[in-house]
Amino acid sequence: MVDHAATLTDRVWSRYDRKQQWSRYAVYLLTFLAVVWAIKDIDIFWPWVWDAPNQIQSLAVRMWPPAFNTWHEIFSAMLETVHIATLSTLLTIFIALPVSYIAAQNTTPNKATLWLGRFILVSSRSVNTIIWALLFVAIFGPGVLAGILAVMFRSIGFIGKLMGEAIEEIDRRPVEAMEATGASQMKVVLYAIVPQVMPAFFAIIILRWDINIRESTVLGLVGAGGIGVLLQSSIDLFAWQTVATILLAIVVLVVLGESITSALRKKVI
Amino acid sequence: MTPLKTSVSAASDRVWKKPPFIANPWLRYGLLAVTVIYLYWAFATLPFDWERISEGLPRAGRIFGGAFPPSFERGTLLWTGFKESFQIAFLATLLGVSLSLPIAVMAARNVAPLPVYLVGRALIIVSRSFHPVIVAILFVAAVGFGPLAGILTLTLYSIGFVAKLLAEEIEEIDWGQVEAMRSVGAGYLKMLVYGIFPQIMPRQIGLAMYQLDSNLRASAVVGIVGAGGIGGTLMNAFGRYDYDFAFAILLMIIGIILISEAISGWVRKKVW
Repeated sequence: MVDHAATLTDRVWSRYDRKQQWSRYAVYLLTFLAVVWAIKDIDIFWPWVWDAPNQIQSLAVRMWPPAFNTWHEIFSAMLETVHIATLSTLLTIFIALPVSYIAAQNTTPNKATLWLGRFILVSSRSVNTIIWALLFVAIFGPGVLAGILAVMFRSIGFIGKLMGEAIEEIDRRPVEAMEATGASQMKVVLYAIVPQVMPAFFAIIILRWDINIRESTVLGLVGAGGIGVLLQSSIDLFAWQTVATILLAIVVLVVLGESITSALRKKVI
Repeated sequence: MTPLKTSVSAASDRVWKKPPFIANPWLRYGLLAVTVIYLYWAFATLPFDWERISEGLPRAGRIFGGAFPPSFERGTLLWTGFKESFQIAFLATLLGVSLSLPIAVMAARNVAPLPVYLVGRALIIVSRSFHPVIVAILFVAAVGFGPLAGILTLTLYSIGFVAKLLAEEIEEIDWGQVEAMRSVGAGYLKMLVYGIFPQIMPRQIGLAMYQLDSNLRASAVVGIVGAGGIGGTLMNAFGRYDYDFAFAILLMIIGIILISEAISGWVRKKVW
């Protein structure tokens, strides 16, 4: 009995075999080396790092208390932000739907259109809203239009990709039934595909609207309208208490948008 | 033959109509009216500078004319920018993911007492509400231009995302293992380390990879407001009307994002 227990304790339980163990060590070592390289190589002035907590604290002190005397201006800038988000989401639909149609494998006419659709989606998603805004501000000048276009161009990739996936997952049979009766391509889309993807469509649009509200808050930093313009100018003027109010307003807007979208989503799905 | 024909012609008199998506006609036309009114109101109140906009198309032509072919001449500038972006993303992911672990524990209702839970949730909500670019300008104002502001920004950004999903993961764990740990008299810390963390580990690694990928994207834009990385180079190129160089940077960004998406997808597939 005693003997048996001794042999048991001699064998140590381990979670990984030797090969797994070594590959784990290799990953740890690689990560460690990457950290060392990054910290040594990056262009950071270290005294600033040690001073950062003090600086952040002093900024927070300068922001307190928030100044509400400019609430009227903030409110109208917020309204503009919501307009940018909503208009761009609505307008995106007209471009994203055809693109998603050709980017879905089961509806695209041929290989070339499939790759065209995918190319449009990938390039739209890879470029950040701010970078799109930079481009459109250079083209159309600072203002709301640049903002709307920037958010639109970013949303095409998102809505198009998710809609394309929804189209790829449809039940094939209604389409076949329609085709068997000799219905035109247009009618097949309208009566066999659209009803099936309708709920997904509304869910995706609502989700994107929520994201677009957040995105629209920063467009102003490159001059493309919305609350960001006010934020940037308040920072330039060192009006930190106004900045704090704007930040509060953004939190309120985002939380509001989130609760509206979650209520809507429950209704749709 | 004849009766059949009459039945067909009788049937064709009744035209089938697609049932509307919203059954209630008041609601249907009401929503339509609200949308039209909203569109009118929004377009009427937004300040569009039509004169400047009408100049847009020729200007776009000039910009794209200047952008082709993209110029990769200033390779060293390109390389330093991307290297810095990558370093920012990497360090911020490491910091953010390690900080998000305790915050996720704080924000999980089943392992944290109510006051701690509320603090954890508040931390997550605040760090999720702000777009990284807004956080970046605040940090640039506080700690000055350069990659430090970028690292701080993306750390906060990572906490918002990773801590939120991890907290949800902790709330959904198999409670049996925790009970087993408790029944042998393990303390709170041991319960966390042996009862909870192994259960959320695969998810944690997957989230970390995803976050590295999305930090790499975000590090390209925080530079626009002066927080280091390739974004600063891009902003300068735009500012100096160096559209061919800007276009080269954009192409590189797209390429790197595609590669990093592929890598992180592969790693997550291996881990899960």
